[in-house]
Amino acid sequence: MDEAGSPGADAVYARPVGRPFWLLAELTYRCPLQCPYCSNPLSFARHHQELTSSEWMRVISESRALGTTQLGFSGGEPLIRNDLEHLVAHARGLGFYTNLITSAIGLDERRLAAIAEAGIDSVQISFQASSRELNDAIAGCTSFERKLQAARLVKARKLPLTLCIVIHRGNIDQIESILELCIALGADYVELASTQFYGWAKLNRDQLLPSREQVQRAEATAHRYQERLAGSMRIFYVVPDYHEERPKACMSGWGAVFLAIAPDGTALPCHAARELPGLAFPNVRALSLDAIWHDSPAFNRFRGESWMKEPCASCPERAKDFGGCRCQAWLLSGDAANADPVCSKSPHHQRVLEAVERAQQQAAGTGGAAPWTYRNPANSRTVI
Amino acid sequence: MNDACQGAEGIISLGHSVRFQFEPAQQAHVLLYPEGMIRLNDSAAEILKYCDGTRTAAGIIAELKRRFPDADLTAHVHEFLETAHGRGWIARS
Ligand code: SF4
Ligand code: SF4
Repeated sequence: MDEAGSPGADAVYARPVGRPFWLLAELTYRCPLQCPYCSNPLSFARHHQELTSSEWMRVISESRALGTTQLGFSGGEPLIRNDLEHLVAHARGLGFYTNLITSAIGLDERRLAAIAEAGIDSVQISFQASSRELNDAIAGCTSFERKLQAARLVKARKLPLTLCIVIHRGNIDQIESILELCIALGADYVELASTQFYGWAKLNRDQLLPSREQVQRAEATAHRYQERLAGSMRIFYVVPDYHEERPKACMSGWGAVFLAIAPDGTALPCHAARELPGLAFPNVRALSLDAIWHDSPAFNRFRGESWMKEPCASCPERAKDFGGCRCQAWLLSGDAANADPVCSKSPHHQRVLEAVERAQQQAAGTGGAAPWTYRNPANSRTVI
Repeated sequence: MNDACQGAEGIISLGHSVRFQFEPAQQAHVLLYPEGMIRLNDSAAEILKYCDGTRTAAGIIAELKRRFPDADLTAHVHEFLETAHGRGWIARS
């Protein structure tokens, strides 16, 4: 038996090109929330022309034919699309395991009933924090009560419930009460996802990056709950890579197991890749998914090892982390083919250390940070 | 009938969030759960076929013995069911 499919799982097979086990369908960039760490591109407001229902149906069918088993309906807020239940039914009929990834805004009794009848397999709801005040301040809108209600509705229908909380300086000291909230709501799975610094999170990094002491305390708390709840609630703790010496094996490697389709049909090997310069990402309106996955230059650009530069090219660890995250390499070193600067062997590692040092100073009260920039269409049109 | 399953009686079904299916593209059975997948070998798949909410461990072994009369599989099945239960692939009620 081997485990594969989730972006973090080990799924590197002997085949020259693997299968996209995991399809992320970003149905829309529209969202009522404004999370300052949103992984949507900064430029989201400039990408119009969402795929139609029938275009999505074709993409979903083509992906299933490639062997994809997991499908995440995401965004933005996927509930904004009123064809969501039709897409769920289509995917479920093809044998997909279907996951709804939502802020819960719009998930009332009637809508959940329609989505459940369509055959949704699991529901993931995001929380921004464990208190109403902080949750709504981070989300930039009143949403806490509606999230609570939606989580209870999902449990009442006996659907698997995942709660996902993006962790950053503003809520990391609440981890214990966040986990208590997850227990109270009866979550089956909990993802404590440390903020990854691209997209809006990179823009707001000085406001979001926690200190080393905060990270150590949070890790200890998460591990304590993991042990205590083994067998009833599975807790995934995504470590904050800025505080590590080695990068994560991003998406199990470029174009290895993960395929994201942006609202306008742009196909991406990682949902943050859209902003990498010099790569022409293919669009499902022009090409089949088979051609995109196997033959497009963008999906082949960082496959395997031949693209690597030093220190990765001759590094004994390169099969373990594939040189880390291409988006982070570009954001922090200016070249997507460089080692991820999180790696202590990277000549650009100093940039990560400097960001952590600023976080240390702010935690000690000696460095102020400006307020964060919310993710919304007005800011999207002006920040870059 | 079997001491090894005394502590493990009860009807066995698939875990709450788990789906078991054959994947043509992989020519293998898999277990699917939120955001993940386990690719199963043949013997795991044979056992899981009978974890359908109608049988105890003893009932599953009886079915497998009917199908594979020459195999000595009791210990192997119990071991697998323990692992599967620990990972949430199956539930006992
Ligand atoms: S991270 Fe927040 S703003 Fe971004 S899509 Fe999700 S809920 Fe909306
Ligand atoms: S040098 Fe490159 S391959 Fe080696 S550990 Fe660092 S990022 Fe990974």
